[in-house]
Amino acid sequence: MIGYFVEQTGNALSLGGIYALLALGLAVVYSILGLINFAHGALMTLTGYVLVGAAVYGLPFLIAAPLAIVIVMASAVLLERIAFRPVRGASGATMLLTSFAVAVLLQLAFQLFISTRPQIVPLPDMLTATLDIGGLAIGVNRVISVVVAVLVLIALNQFLKRTIIGLAMRAAAEDFDVTRLMGIRANRVIAAAFALSGLLAGIAAILWMAQRSSVDPLMGLVPVLKAFIATTLGGLGSLQGAVLGGLLLGAIEIYLAAYLPDAMLPYQGALTLGVVILVLVARPQGLVGARREAAR
Amino acid sequence: MALLSLSGLDVRYGAIQAVRSLDLEVAEGEIVALLGANGAGKSTTLKAIVGLAKATGEITFAGKSIAGRETEEIVRNGLTMVPEGRRVFPSLTVAENLRLGAATRRDPAATERSRKEVETLFPVLAERADQPAGTLSGGQQQQLAIGRALMSEPKLLLLDEPSLGLAPQIVDDIFDLILRLKARGLTILLVEQDAIAALDVADRAYVMANGRIIMSGPAAELRASEQVARAYLGIAAENAA
Repeated sequence: MIGYFVEQTGNALSLGGIYALLALGLAVVYSILGLINFAHGALMTLTGYVLVGAAVYGLPFLIAAPLAIVIVMASAVLLERIAFRPVRGASGATMLLTSFAVAVLLQLAFQLFISTRPQIVPLPDMLTATLDIGGLAIGVNRVISVVVAVLVLIALNQFLKRTIIGLAMRAAAEDFDVTRLMGIRANRVIAAAFALSGLLAGIAAILWMAQRSSVDPLMGLVPVLKAFIATTLGGLGSLQGAVLGGLLLGAIEIYLAAYLPDAMLPYQGALTLGVVILVLVARPQGLVGARREAAR
Repeated sequence: MALLSLSGLDVRYGAIQAVRSLDLEVAEGEIVALLGANGAGKSTTLKAIVGLAKATGEITFAGKSIAGRETEEIVRNGLTMVPEGRRVFPSLTVAENLRLGAATRRDPAATERSRKEVETLFPVLAERADQPAGTLSGGQQQQLAIGRALMSEPKLLLLDEPSLGLAPQIVDDIFDLILRLKARGLTILLVEQDAIAALDVADRAYVMANGRIIMSGPAAELRASEQVARAYLGIAAENAA
């Protein structure tokens, strides 16, 4: 019993950690621009295809993974430049629709130019191994998920506290005009926010695929919808809220799946959303209430 | 040669013309006050100078045209604004706010000297360095807002309503500070609703109404002027007393 609980807690942390990274990627951009970037999922999918492509050229995983992340970061910055800059300062609805359009276009591009069928993502054996800890079978991928998520959160925290560009991103989330009065270039802060969201999407995608080993054009869709729920749960625009919301959503999903009676299992998704709705009814601003409106 | 000069400045918000063909000059080392009732267009003029309000007309700073430039580029030329309502970054600490003020500076030693100077001017900012700026009192936030602006070592400081919403003795401190900044060679363009206090510290002043300059001159002359007295009942009452 205890063993099962520990195992499920590991699963909850691993899934919640991935949600937290994705939710952070959404929140970093939203906090500055008021844009909910649904194309974030396409960035995850892109990570998978870069890994598949790198394997075709025989690149080892330890080179392919950082390469994929760098490409995804650059793509996120490019997306901002091409698609989101023209609608900067527009209404939330305009930006939301733009991000949907970008997401759909990228999905179609993956379907047309790559394949509609899932592609195998080659992963090192190490990632798919299982550890035996005191009689508990724990997947290495789960452990790595948790460790990587924790390390990324620590590094991100340091980045936002110690570097000028990190401070500028936090400042821009609070008062964009005054941030510019500090002589900080608006375009640079926004590009940095997109690069950071790309970094988080790339890392999350690799952790996500480590548990699935395949990529298809729609791969990023579900996790990013979950991440969006997580940011709303935590409080839109709040970075702490995104982390908290991600972990909580992961925990709700995993524990419901683990402890619901079999007959109830089909309702796991509905129950999860039910819990989220209950939280939002009690705290409409999310767990970590974020003030703020969008930047111009 | 003026450090800042505006000529024929127009600012429109939709159908409303907030500033009409405004001419204004600030010479190096001067404190110039821009006075007028609420809604006269004073704050809008400052926003136009730093590029936060869209304007037409000519704006020259230190011999360079800055009209139509991006805010961040204008600020990098050596002028900055302390916005109305202070607008410190509330969840960032006092130290982080100050650090952002120096965001564009490359020389760490010079930046450190500026930080020391700011902390000498405002000892409370050193005491509360690690506290979120949002937890400071109004007067302390105003000190932080000014200190943050000074961290960029500006040649020209635009101050928008620095006394607004502050307790009277703190207002006195702020005006003392403006004089001390002048003594250190800083040029200041001051927007104020408290005309008496502003004319006490200013060398020259402009008075605005309905988006236009209706008069200008040395601060002492304006203080004595009946026209200003009429525009500012506060002064009339004091002169009568």
